[in-house]
Amino acid sequence: MHSATVFVELGGVILALGLLGGLAMRAGISPIPLYLLGGLAFGHGGLLPLSTSEEFISIGAEIGVLLLLFTLGLEYTADELVRGMRQSAVGGLLDLVLNAAPGIVAGLLLGWDPVAIVVLGGVTYVSSSGIIAKLLADLGWVGNRETPVVLSLLVMEDLAMAVYLPILTTLLAGVSLLAGSVTLGVALLAIALVLLVALRFGWLVSAFVKSPNDEVLLLKVLGLVLLVAGLAQELQISSAVGAFLVGIALSGPLAEAARELLSPLRDLFAAVFFVFFGLQTDPSHLPPVALVALGLAVAGVLSKFATGYIAAARAGVGRNGRYRAGIALIARGEFSIVIAGLAVSAGVEPALGSLAAAYVLILAILGPLIGRLAEPFLHRPTHPHHAGSETPVSEPGPEPERESQLNVSH
Amino acid sequence: MVEVERTALPGIGLRHILTTSRGRQIGVVSHRSGRRDLLIYDPDDPDTSVDDVALTVDEAEALAELLGTRRVIERLAELERQVEGLVTEQIPITAGSPYDGRTLGDTRARTRTGASIVAVVREGEVLASPRPDFRFQTGDIVVVVGTKEGTSAVAQIFRNG
Repeated sequence: MHSATVFVELGGVILALGLLGGLAMRAGISPIPLYLLGGLAFGHGGLLPLSTSEEFISIGAEIGVLLLLFTLGLEYTADELVRGMRQSAVGGLLDLVLNAAPGIVAGLLLGWDPVAIVVLGGVTYVSSSGIIAKLLADLGWVGNRETPVVLSLLVMEDLAMAVYLPILTTLLAGVSLLAGSVTLGVALLAIALVLLVALRFGWLVSAFVKSPNDEVLLLKVLGLVLLVAGLAQELQISSAVGAFLVGIALSGPLAEAARELLSPLRDLFAAVFFVFFGLQTDPSHLPPVALVALGLAVAGVLSKFATGYIAAARAGVGRNGRYRAGIALIARGEFSIVIAGLAVSAGVEPALGSLAAAYVLILAILGPLIGRLAEPFLHRPTHPHHAGSETPVSEPGPEPERESQLNVSH
Repeated sequence: MVEVERTALPGIGLRHILTTSRGRQIGVVSHRSGRRDLLIYDPDDPDTSVDDVALTVDEAEALAELLGTRRVIERLAELERQVEGLVTEQIPITAGSPYDGRTLGDTRARTRTGASIVAVVREGEVLASPRPDFRFQTGDIVVVVGTKEGTSAVAQIFRNG
């Protein structure tokens, strides 16, 4: 019974992911590193290697990437992207240069070929918007002055991904320079076109997809995402970017509804994606790259911190806010794995997969951890932060005193 | 003019920060889902929100209503302060009143006291803004607005002429 084995294996994997997710929640960390570890355990050379379900998991993983990018696109309206591009171009460029540098330098030192170096630069560059969004909410940082700076840097990174992924896809396909630049031109044109359509005719896309019935809406949206992703892949633009663009084109209440409907699917397939990445990584390849990964992680913490600090300072934010902006950006996660995943399936540089896995394992845990540890020090000692959001608003007693002190000093 | 600063939060929604005249800052993050976060900023560090309260759509509306109602009450109190010193008095026309059966013009109440007769209540009915040829009769209640002294003087006129 072939299907019996598949079900047992799939069920075992998904159940294990559920248990790991629960563990991550209790520990207050991102589940991504645990999913990766789960994948390592189930993969070649792991504790419980899978025999038959790897094919299904591989397709599931690709759908996971599409849904990750699609829901990311849903987060932003085309208007926000265009405004973000105008306002934080300098910060975004700084982010790119400072954070791609450690990966590129490491790649050069390891003597890798150019494509692998470009991949490693991407892995070290891009922050995890998923982990960061959760961190901001958990620590009560959403309302802080520096948060728009952090968010617009993330917007810039996502836009950069929309350009970077097609470049990478082209490079990985090993096509000639001319053919490569043609695809790249097509990709950029497609991105510009989608932004234009979303800005001017967003209502048209919404009118096509719109349905009062959840089931119909789910099928239409999922179908559209897969279809556009497939077409984009056909044009060598990268299926992930296609999905991202569909997300951007949907906006308003429709985007909200689509997000609610597709989030459970996204969670399932994204978890499968992280497992799949772990599956492809042989645990025995981790120790040799551990030292490099650790060095990259240290450099990654410093470079992201510097990025956030400088960007916040440029926006006129005070000292505490600059520290917070720097710390918030440290976490790497899903997108580093997406980039490395593309390279691994193309068969570039065998050590790349395990290096990226180790790098993300460290920084997905370290980013939120640094935030949690630093948070108590990023307030004036006289105003302890109330951890629960339901605690009553400020104690009424000392309030007038503080205000009168303020009046005196002015 | 109240100063309100508006900032877009990509991926989340909008943030408004209001600075009070005493220098405190309050913010509202409007999530696209309709959720609202009420934020209180540190008076010493305007970059840091020291507390946030997540509100559902209904809770946010209830809070907005409370704040709005307070403003209406404050305006009423303000109006009352503006007309401070004015009193209203209701003066009955008794059987022996010298003005029973005479007109409002005959009393020359405004000229003599400065107070105004704004209405007369007759048989449970309010007759607003009576004209000078209005004729009083026993049982009428005259509504007078003016200073304390003025309204007392009008009462004196109706009693004794």
